Amino acid sequence: MITMEHVCKSYRVAKRNAGMKEACKALFHRQVESIHALSDVSFTIGDGEMVGYIGPNRAGKSSTIKILSGILTPDSGSCYVDGRIPWKNRIEHVRQIGVVFGQRSQLWWDVPVIDSFALLKDIYSISTPQYEHNLEELTDLLHLQELLKTPTRQLSLGQRMRCEIAASLLHQPNILFLDEPTIGLDAVSKLAVRDFILRLNQEHKTTVILTTHDMQDIEALTQRVILIGKGRVLLDGTLADMRKKVSLYKSDSNIREGNINDLSLDEIIACLYRQMHIA
Amino acid sequence: MKKQSTIQREFSLRKYFSFFRLRFNMGIQYRTAAAAGMVTQFVWGFMECFVYKAFYDSNPAAFPMEFSSMMAYIWLQQAFLMFFATWMMDNEIFDLIINGNIAYELCRPVSIYNMWFAKNAANRLSKAVLRCFPILITALLLPEPFRMPLPKDIGTAILFVGTMALGLGVTVAFCILVYILSFFMVSSQGIRILLTSLVDFFCGSIVPIPFLPEPLRTVVELLPFAGMQNVPLRIYSSDLAGTEMTRAVGLQLFWFVLMVGLGKWLCRIAERRVVVQGG
Repeated sequence: MITMEHVCKSYRVAKRNAGMKEACKALFHRQVESIHALSDVSFTIGDGEMVGYIGPNRAGKSSTIKILSGILTPDSGSCYVDGRIPWKNRIEHVRQIGVVFGQRSQLWWDVPVIDSFALLKDIYSISTPQYEHNLEELTDLLHLQELLKTPTRQLSLGQRMRCEIAASLLHQPNILFLDEPTIGLDAVSKLAVRDFILRLNQEHKTTVILTTHDMQDIEALTQRVILIGKGRVLLDGTLADMRKKVSLYKSDSNIREGNINDLSLDEIIACLYRQMHIA
Repeated sequence: MKKQSTIQREFSLRKYFSFFRLRFNMGIQYRTAAAAGMVTQFVWGFMECFVYKAFYDSNPAAFPMEFSSMMAYIWLQQAFLMFFATWMMDNEIFDLIINGNIAYELCRPVSIYNMWFAKNAANRLSKAVLRCFPILITALLLPEPFRMPLPKDIGTAILFVGTMALGLGVTVAFCILVYILSFFMVSSQGIRILLTSLVDFFCGSIVPIPFLPEPLRTVVELLPFAGMQNVPLRIYSSDLAGTEMTRAVGLQLFWFVLMVGLGKWLCRIAERRVVVQGG
């Protein structure tokens, strides 16, 4: 069970105007602006749920994931993941969760993938039979047989992402955070990744929280969607709820009368972003 | 209960050894870099031999070391350059901090400090192992007066190996302090260049510390940098012996403990305020 209550987080950003003169001025005096990445975010996610966490760039999606995985400390508010406060005891917490950052890599660049996996076995103190069992299952489901002996640098993005996901699941976490897992993948890899996540959730009852800009991911995977914008939760419901919400704003010139159901998911989301002034 | 804690301890040591092993295995695959490095070190070593020979010939009384001790110092320095060169930092770690892959490191149930220590020590050891043997063998076979002597007795040899390990520890602990400082800065370039050029001088890598004039020498011998290559390389040829040696080894140990303590403390602060930016 994951609960977040009234979580706020702001970053300080140094700003200055263009030009040499301004740059020199900034040497002595920096103008610092506070940016509120999260202001008063609250939600609850039950065990075994699969939740899509969406919103435009800069909405605060990644910040939320980072707080839940113990990397960031929020300014205020409370957060419990299975009773643990993620940032209070980072090491204990991360033992129980899996995280995939779609834009980063956790595999060692110059060595075969299997070496990175063996390291993870020791890091998470996974027993040998358990490790072999999990590896076999993951290899099977994600079709990694050919990839394990290849150095990471020689894998394609899709191949690498499959290995990244396997790496995050070797220790059988009961919660998995996926931060844009399908970014940059081709159709085949995307489908393979989606299919795998679905099976993982069904067979192992793993709680999955997924951030993405790909609405098809959301449609294929999740019942529940949390929409976040400018650091606030704007909507917590199903995709159908979103469609309904959009239809309330008939004044939007982008929505042609009466054919809301013809709009693609991306168009609906774009309308929603515009209407809520978070685009 | 007690048994369980020892088991856990064992597992946790195994984690860091696993990092060490993987980094070591990775390090020894860069053969071309090792060959190129070795050529440089041979050329540099011979150049130094001739320069110091000229010094010695002009006035043996003004030479603060035995000539054969000086030869041992030069050849050991070249063979184990990668042990002690503070300018050779692990760029991987700076990259982690700059590109944000540190996020993954923070998702692991490991202490960041210990992990970096293991990786760094392994990196230096793997590079030194690849390079040292041809240089050492050649140095032992050179004609007099350039030949590298063997240590006086077995006790000296053991002390040499022990203080080499401690010197490696001091060097790694110092480098990690620099890595941690870059957590607090936009770019670590400046501080790296400043610190490493200062250390290069104070550790006796440009000119051995006995060649420095008083009172500079007394001060430099008290600094942590004297505990890097200065101590083991001079113990080898008994240039450093007796009470002077006991004091030097004591200082080496003191600085090692102090820098590790400081590093662990700063690392905790850095972890708290880390901000992983972007996606």
